[in-house]
Amino acid sequence: MEERSVDSTPARAPVNRILRSSIVDGPGNRAAVFLQGCNFDCVYCHNPETITLCSSCGTCVPACPAGALSVGESGGILWNRDACTLCDSCLKTCPHNSSPRVRLLSPKEVMAEIEPSIPFIRGITVSGGECTLYPDFLRELGELARERSLSFFLDSNGSYDFAADRGLMEITDSVMLDVKADPENGAEYRRVTGNDGKGILDKAEYLAKTEKLYELRTVVSPGLFDPVAVVEKACRRIVGTGSRYKLIRYRPVGVRQEAAAALAEPDDLLMEKLAGICAGHGIEAVIV
Amino acid sequence: MRTITMERVEETRQAILDTVCSGVLTHEQKVTGLEKLSESLIEVLDLPPEYLKLKEAGVICDLGESNAPPRPRYIVPDYDRLFKRGCEFLELTPPADLDEALNVLSIFIRHVPSVTNFPVFIGFLDRLLEPFVQREDPLYAKKKIGLFLRYVDRTITDSFCHADIGPEDTRAGRLILECEKEEPKSVPNISFLYDPQTTPEDYALKAAETALTSAKPSFANHKMFLSELGEGYAVVSCYNGLLVGGGSYTLSRLRLGHLAAGAKNLAGFWPLLEQAAETMMAYMDSRIAFMVEQSGFFESNFLAKEGFISKDRFTAMFGLVGLAECVNTLMEREGKSGRFGHSKDADDLGVAIMKKLDALVKAHHNPYCSATGGNFLLHGQVGIDSDTGESPATRIPIGEEPEELSDHLVHCGLFHGYFPAGTGDVFTLEATALRNPAYLLDMVKGGFAKGGRYFSIYSSDSDVIRVTGYLVKRSEMDKLAAGKSVLQDTTALGLGSARNGHILERKRR
Ligand code: SF4
Ligand code: SF4
Repeated sequence: MEERSVDSTPARAPVNRILRSSIVDGPGNRAAVFLQGCNFDCVYCHNPETITLCSSCGTCVPACPAGALSVGESGGILWNRDACTLCDSCLKTCPHNSSPRVRLLSPKEVMAEIEPSIPFIRGITVSGGECTLYPDFLRELGELARERSLSFFLDSNGSYDFAADRGLMEITDSVMLDVKADPENGAEYRRVTGNDGKGILDKAEYLAKTEKLYELRTVVSPGLFDPVAVVEKACRRIVGTGSRYKLIRYRPVGVRQEAAAALAEPDDLLMEKLAGICAGHGIEAVIV
Repeated sequence: MRTITMERVEETRQAILDTVCSGVLTHEQKVTGLEKLSESLIEVLDLPPEYLKLKEAGVICDLGESNAPPRPRYIVPDYDRLFKRGCEFLELTPPADLDEALNVLSIFIRHVPSVTNFPVFIGFLDRLLEPFVQREDPLYAKKKIGLFLRYVDRTITDSFCHADIGPEDTRAGRLILECEKEEPKSVPNISFLYDPQTTPEDYALKAAETALTSAKPSFANHKMFLSELGEGYAVVSCYNGLLVGGGSYTLSRLRLGHLAAGAKNLAGFWPLLEQAAETMMAYMDSRIAFMVEQSGFFESNFLAKEGFISKDRFTAMFGLVGLAECVNTLMEREGKSGRFGHSKDADDLGVAIMKKLDALVKAHHNPYCSATGGNFLLHGQVGIDSDTGESPATRIPIGEEPEELSDHLVHCGLFHGYFPAGTGDVFTLEATALRNPAYLLDMVKGGFAKGGRYFSIYSSDSDVIRVTGYLVKRSEMDKLAAGKSVLQDTTALGLGSARNGHILERKRR
């Protein structure tokens, strides 16, 4: 059993979970590491339990049917991994978009958990939450990945100043970057994500030009923002760089109830129209 | 020839009448069935003392090979020789262009017999056709190859028919993959001989994409086969590693689950294993002796007479199934809790059994297997449609697969090395894999690095699916289940395996 503290020492990061194998987090088979905590709060967030660090309020403890949760001596929440059945009751009860199953791990400890998968994976993708909240952790994990000849990918909401962190860029092979609304419309971006999204297309362009942009990604939900304008503007900034565009249909899976009631799913026509815009710029589009 | 009882004659007569009057079998299926029934009346083999008892108990299974085998079970002709010299008996001269090459092949493969009377190997199609494809307009070449593959599917109505491609990148190989992707068919079965170090990544990716849409090719560990059988090997039938210009006289199999059921404990199991293995090998000796010394096959068949095959390239396959059930039974008898695929104790016991079998097989000598050092070769048999409660080869039973695919592949690696005459495992991926075929490739590479030999991977929404070693169309199985005739004889086997072997319930990854 491990007791978590809220603040993380530099090289450690709160880990929501580690997938030893993932088919959807970049090219080939990859291990995926999900870090806890995000500086955005998107209305359609599909993993709201990764947004906030646990405040040790204790609400989830009695909700666990397996008795896997308890309050530690210092007031932190203790999670008994072996007793946990992954029923997710705790996630559903948590009033703070958090999870009691988060573990504070060092890059070495994360690597040790990935180890058995190594001949089967071509890389590691760190996702979240927002992984760039923990740059020290990322740099160290990236080094360890390189030592094992694994490619190192980041999945980011675009809030981080990548150009200013040479160390991180050196060990990062590629970034998957979200464009969540029209970045030239700060109010709209804030309405969708809680953040004004300033400079996001500059970052996309920087990454694309340095050949470190694997893909741009936009979650499409008609009425939330104008996806045609967003995809058009974003495409223009990455033309001719070999990066691709992933167009994601909004789906209500995992989304918080109030938000889900207000959001619509896109039809094929719209998705194909967006793919057509990408094609017009010579950019490969992937609809999921 | 020994006499048989009138009772058995009457039973066979009834079976013959049932075959003749069947409303479901195609004409060809009837003819093959009738041939088998007639041979079943012949008793010429010298049976070892314990053989009938072990056969009766379901421990040894002859896989329905006839009592008087008129030809070896698997024949792997040297197609290079055909293309270099032509064939006198069939009045074929060496082909000069792609049309001729495909015509020569189409004719020749109809005359390559096997236990099912259909060829189990139709060549290294990419290498054979490459020089002709190089000189041809790509669109025309693709059309001709597509038509040839369709011809094979519709006339060789048996999914044990196999072609090999790779490990080198060829235009012909790429065209074959494209044709199979665009028009998925259950015949021929195709192996992609793969060496991650030398096969170009984009070519392997093309193979992975095709596998995800049409359940083939399967990926064969080229380096592993090469190190055991040398340059002149081919993967044929389900996934059998055999020598080109030869083949396998026979394949019998030991049903380890049934064997363990008769053991009181682990100590009592070892002598049973030894006795059963030796009995089975003595039985195989007697089949081989009949075939080589009495049947006259090697003296009369044009394949042997013209040097497309020769006796000294043949071996025989010692098959086994049900290691999982065997281990689980023995663990229970020993009062231990671990299960095969989920406990180190159980897996260690599995390895110990394989080591023992390996030693027993290597200690047995047959004068007609000089190509493989006088030894039979171990083969992880895929099971047959009527098997219940016995998993193919050394596979983890369906329904008990480990959560992580990579853990499952590591488990395969513990066992695949024992089977130079082939073994393999089958995995189903969720349809999302279609968007990321590199995922499949990474799994195969990891599996090979861990000692895996042969992997077949298909996606959950493909119509062509892999049963245990061969391919069938789901849509054809539905037709047969509704009482309609279907073209491929293997569809019936697939339906049996769906009912008895739960092959449609494989874990999706
Ligand atoms: S998922 Fe949460 S509620 Fe469910 S058993 Fe685990 S800790 Fe308890
Ligand atoms: S996970 Fe949520 S409910 Fe549980 S203690 Fe932390 S903040 Fe409270």
